[in-house]
Amino acid sequence: MSCTQTILDYGLRSIGIGERLLPKSDFTLCQQFTLIGSGLIWNVYFGVLALAAGFFFANALALAKASHLAWLRRPADWFIFLFRGSPLFIQFFLAYEMLVLLPRTGIDIFGLTVATSWLTKAWAGALIVLFLNTAAYSAEIFHGALMAVPKGDIEAADAYGLTGWQKFRRILWPTMLRLAWPSYTNEAIFLFHATTLVFFSGFPALRQQGDALYYAKYFADKTFNPFIPYPIVAGYFIALTLVLIVIFGWVNRRLNRHLPGSMRPRLRVRPQIIR
Amino acid sequence: MMDACADPSALSGLGWLLCYLSTGKHLLFYASFGTVLLLLAVTAPVALGFGFMGALAARARLWPVRVIGRAYTAMVRGVPDIIFFLFVPIALDQGFEYVRHRVKCPDWTEPVRQGSDFVVCQAAKLPLSTSPQIWHEVYGFALAVLAFAVVFGAFAANVLAGAMQAVPRAQLETAEAYGMTPRQVTRRILIPQMWIFALPGLSNLWMILIKATPLLFLLGVEDVVYWARELGSAKTQAYSYPHPDWRLWYFLALLLFYLGMTKISEAVLGRLTARLARGQATMAGEAMRKAAA
Repeated sequence: MSCTQTILDYGLRSIGIGERLLPKSDFTLCQQFTLIGSGLIWNVYFGVLALAAGFFFANALALAKASHLAWLRRPADWFIFLFRGSPLFIQFFLAYEMLVLLPRTGIDIFGLTVATSWLTKAWAGALIVLFLNTAAYSAEIFHGALMAVPKGDIEAADAYGLTGWQKFRRILWPTMLRLAWPSYTNEAIFLFHATTLVFFSGFPALRQQGDALYYAKYFADKTFNPFIPYPIVAGYFIALTLVLIVIFGWVNRRLNRHLPGSMRPRLRVRPQIIR
Repeated sequence: MMDACADPSALSGLGWLLCYLSTGKHLLFYASFGTVLLLLAVTAPVALGFGFMGALAARARLWPVRVIGRAYTAMVRGVPDIIFFLFVPIALDQGFEYVRHRVKCPDWTEPVRQGSDFVVCQAAKLPLSTSPQIWHEVYGFALAVLAFAVVFGAFAANVLAGAMQAVPRAQLETAEAYGMTPRQVTRRILIPQMWIFALPGLSNLWMILIKATPLLFLLGVEDVVYWARELGSAKTQAYSYPHPDWRLWYFLALLLFYLGMTKISEAVLGRLTARLARGQATMAGEAMRKAAA
């Protein structure tokens, strides 16, 4: 079987397109590269959607945490502590067990039956957990940045007569993002790394449609040789991380475009946050 | 207690629950929290040691040592830690067995890798297939500890390397002016002075280490997650304590355990930071000096 044929058969295997049976013996390098790469689709799916949705929720949470109103601040504090203080692995298990308890036939709301079974599938259930988790971590970052907005900036905004929403939209929020961006880049990288946990934590991989690490473990278990599949998946993730750094670097440059070149903060990727 | 629990089907209410929570398997479940704490207690110093050597190697003057140190610290940046947790134990296991195989069975001619099998002679197996069950468990746990130590050592090396960079240059130059050799400067000034700079990163790392402990489950160790799944799953009438699917409650208990660990660690690390900041040429140290004066 040629490598092109393998790619055609298994390139989209992780989303259910192509050959149904996974290779059982005589594994070639091409098969391993193709299947693990195909699994990467899931990592990108979880990472991109959780990050995109989590960004907005994190902004709201950061503002709530900074609020003077106790009924806004307390819930935000608790939410952030809950998701930052416990392992993501346990959160996945807990969420899965909770979602499984929902009635299989659906819930009746005013005569309408709302289906619930889709929530126990990884594509929805795990995405919700990752969304809430990244929202909590990012909210902490954004809150820290909001607290670090220079006093002079706020005074200048007041002097210009900016108030309320305008002051927030034009001064506070852009400065907050600018300050938070390097840490937020780290958070994004580690969120993508965290997506590898999904199929090891309760959520079943239906019809063996899993993520990159799921297939890597499949090969490692079958061949009893960890020295090929794991470096492959590691290579894929290094590439993914580099792509992320480039994209976040563009945004960073755009956020700091008003500063002279030498004063622009550089993105520094430091392994500080994992779950 | 044991007599009262002799016939679980006759029990009800609180008595049933108390008996249920003190079955042999539940005692193993409680003991597995000890496994987690043991992992933390063993891994933290070993990882710190690895990190320390990595950081010193990254600053070494000999370039091969420096390259190894740099590569080790860079290792964790782009690759998810779980990959290391899956890779390191099995790779180490095969590495150990291979070395023992070469030493103990020199006249073995067949290749070690035969298709999908990893074949070593009987005498090279680790642990030996004749050894009792407990040694298999200890060996599995030791491999898990090594995997954690390698990964967290790389994280710690990053933190410590950063902290060594942050020690004010003037302090090192003063030491040199007193005629200390480079080795003496490292041992007497650099290492004692770097802790305050390393502490924020190290406390962050400790939090991460706590939150990484449930991954022991992936390494096949019978840890808290294993028992929570085992005990929580629905038990039919064939069991002495039948109950529906209670996994949710067990995982809720684990969640509370980890939240508690986080809370306690935050308090302890807060105190430690205050203690180490005393008398340092940093903002916190300066604030303390002013408050005292």
